[in-house]
Amino acid sequence: MRLPKGRTGCLSHPPLSPPCIQGGRLACALFLCLGLTACDREQRSLNGQPKAETIALANDPRDLSYQENSYQLSQGQRLYKWMNCSGCHANGGGGMGPPLMDDEWRYGGRMEDIVRTILHGRPNGMPRFEGKITEQEAWQIASYVRSLSAQQGQDVLSARPDSMSASEPPTLAERGKVLPENNLTGPKDEQN
Amino acid sequence: MAPLVAGGKVLVGNAGGEFGVRGWLAALDAGSGRLAWKAYNTGPDKDVLIGQAFRPFYPMDRGKDLGIHSWPPEQWKIGGGTVWGWISFDPASNTIFYGTGNPGPWNHEQRPGDNKWTAGVFARNVSTGEAKWFYQTSPHDLYDHDDINEQILLDMPVAGRMRLVLIRPGRNGYLYVLDRQTGQVLSADPFGYINSSRGVNLRSGRLIPVKEKEPQAGRVVRNICPTASGAKDWNPSAFSPRTGLIYIPHINLCMDLGVLEANYVVGTPYLGAESKVYAGPGGYRGVLTAWDPVARKPAWEVHEDLPLWSGALATAGDLVFYGTMDGWFKAVDARSGKLRWRAKVDSGIISQPVAYRGADGREYVAVISGVGGWAGALVSAQLDPRDNSAALGFVNAVRDLPNKTKSGGRLFVFALDG
Ligand code: HEC
Repeated sequence: MRLPKGRTGCLSHPPLSPPCIQGGRLACALFLCLGLTACDREQRSLNGQPKAETIALANDPRDLSYQENSYQLSQGQRLYKWMNCSGCHANGGGGMGPPLMDDEWRYGGRMEDIVRTILHGRPNGMPRFEGKITEQEAWQIASYVRSLSAQQGQDVLSARPDSMSASEPPTLAERGKVLPENNLTGPKDEQN
Repeated sequence: MAPLVAGGKVLVGNAGGEFGVRGWLAALDAGSGRLAWKAYNTGPDKDVLIGQAFRPFYPMDRGKDLGIHSWPPEQWKIGGGTVWGWISFDPASNTIFYGTGNPGPWNHEQRPGDNKWTAGVFARNVSTGEAKWFYQTSPHDLYDHDDINEQILLDMPVAGRMRLVLIRPGRNGYLYVLDRQTGQVLSADPFGYINSSRGVNLRSGRLIPVKEKEPQAGRVVRNICPTASGAKDWNPSAFSPRTGLIYIPHINLCMDLGVLEANYVVGTPYLGAESKVYAGPGGYRGVLTAWDPVARKPAWEVHEDLPLWSGALATAGDLVFYGTMDGWFKAVDARSGKLRWRAKVDSGIISQPVAYRGADGREYVAVISGVGGWAGALVSAQLDPRDNSAALGFVNAVRDLPNKTKSGGRLFVFALDG
C-alpha cells in the first residue's frame, strides 16, 4: 500500500488552529502547551480542522445546506457505495485508500476540502471523480464522509445500514470523534 | 508479479482483478525486449491464443470462443482473469503452466456462466503462446478464488504408475494433482477446512459447490470456509525431494459475505461484495501442512496463531523455514515439524525465504521482514480496526496484529554455520 509509514507524533506537525490566529499570543501559547503534554486527542480540533495549507478564513456557504441534513447525508451514503468509494476506503476503515473514520486528514477535513479531494483526486492513488458525478453529488458524499468520523450529529444519520455484513447501522454504532490508539480487542471477542 | 525468464522469453502478466481489467500474460523476447506474444484470458479464441493445438481434457472447457459465450454480453471485457502469481516451466515439453485470477466483479450474480478463462490453469507453448490445455478449478467463481497459486512439477507414482504431474494447492482448498500433459485431474484432496464445496467431480472436472454457501444479493451468508483469500493465498509451498513432502504455508479462516450490485466506474474497485473474516475451526489462523502427495494426506501440521502469509523454504539439511506475521523466522524439522530454531525480527514476515551459498563458501538463509499486504494492511497502512469491513474484511481477522508487530522492512541474513 502506498501510504506513508509511521503515525507521526503530535510534535512533528504542531497544529495551526484558529484560536492561535484569532486569539492572539496567549491562546496560542496555551494551545501548544496542551499539545506538548497531551498528545493526540485533546489537541485535535473536533470539527476536523484542516492542516495549515488548506485553511481558509470562511467556510464555503454551501456547508450549511449539506451538513447536518439527513437527506443530503443519506444520498451521500448511497453514492459512496455506488461510486465504489467503499472498495478502497471500506466503510471508513480503509484498505487500498486511507481510513476516513479517523481524525487524520492529509488534505483537510472540511466539506470543501473533501469535495475537492473527490472531484479532483489526490496524487497517491485517489481517483478523480469530476465528470462522473455532479458537484452536488460530491457535496452529498462529503457530508457522508464527515459522518464517518462522527462530525455530524447522531440525529441526522441514516438508520439504513448500506454495509452488507460487517457493520452496525450508523445510528446504532458507537463512534467516537477521534481514534483511540489502543482499543483493540483480540480476535476471540470478535468472532461472532 | 515477478517476471519469469523461460525458453528465451520474459513472461509477465497484469494484475487488477478487483478493478474490472482484462487479464493477460505477455512474452517478451529476452534478447530484444520485443513483444513475442500476448495471450488474454477472456474474449475470443484468437485473443486467448486458442487454436488447433488446444486440447482441454474436460468437455466443459471445449467449444468455440468460450471466453465470450460463458459471460453475459460484453462482460468479458472487464472480467478479470489476471496473471499475478507464479509460472512454472517444463523445458522437456517447452511448456509453461500458470493460473488465472478471479472473475470480476466478486458479485457472481452479475456474471452468469462459467466465466472462461478465469480461475483456472493454462498450459502453453512458451515459444508461440499457443494454449495446449486449460482446466478451470472454480467455474463461475463465487468467492474471489484467484487460481494464481504456484504449480509444482513432479514425476511421481499415482496409483502405482509413474506420471508427469503438476501439483497445485488451490485457493479453494483442494490440493490438485493434474496430469501435466493432458490437464486431467488425478486427485483433488482438501488440505484445509472447506464447507463451501463438497469436492471435485473427477469425471466432469467440476467443483461441487454447496448451495447454502452461495452468496445472494440481499442476504449475508455466514460462515463460508475458506475465505476470499482462500485456504491458501499466493505464498508458495516448497517441495523436498529428500522427504517427498510438500510444505504448504496457508491459512485457516472463514467469512461472512454479502453481495450487492457493483457499478463499473473506470479506475475504481469493481467488487459488489463485502466480507468479514475471522478464524476458522480451532481458532488458529495459520497452518504449515507437510503434505504427502503419494499417500494423499498430511504427514504433519504446525498451527500458527496468526495467518501464515510467508513462503516456505525446504533445505537439503531437512529443515523447513518460514516466517510468521508477528516476526518469528522459524526452522522446523522437515520430517516431524518440530521447531529447531527461531529468531525474532523487527516486523512481521510475509516474504519468501531463500538459501544460498555465499562467495565465501558458507551457507546463508535470508528473509525480508515487513508486515503488510492484504493480511497486514491494518498495521502497514494504519487502517481503522473499528470497521470490520476494512481491507475487504481482513482487518477483522487480525485485530490483534498492532499489538504483536509494527511495520518495517529489512533484509535479514543468517549464516548456517553460526
Ligand atoms: C482506487 C481507490 C480509491 C477510490 C475508488 C477512492 N479513493 Fe479516496 N483515496 C484513495 C487513496 C489512495 C487516497 C490517499 C491519496 C493521497 O494520499 O494522495 C485517498 C484519499 C481520500 C480522501 C482524503 C483523505 C485525507 O486524509 O485527506 C478522501 C476524503 C477520500 N479519499 C474520499 C473518497 C471518496 C468519497 C471516494 C468515492 C467518491 C473515494 N475516496 C474513492 C483511494 C481511493
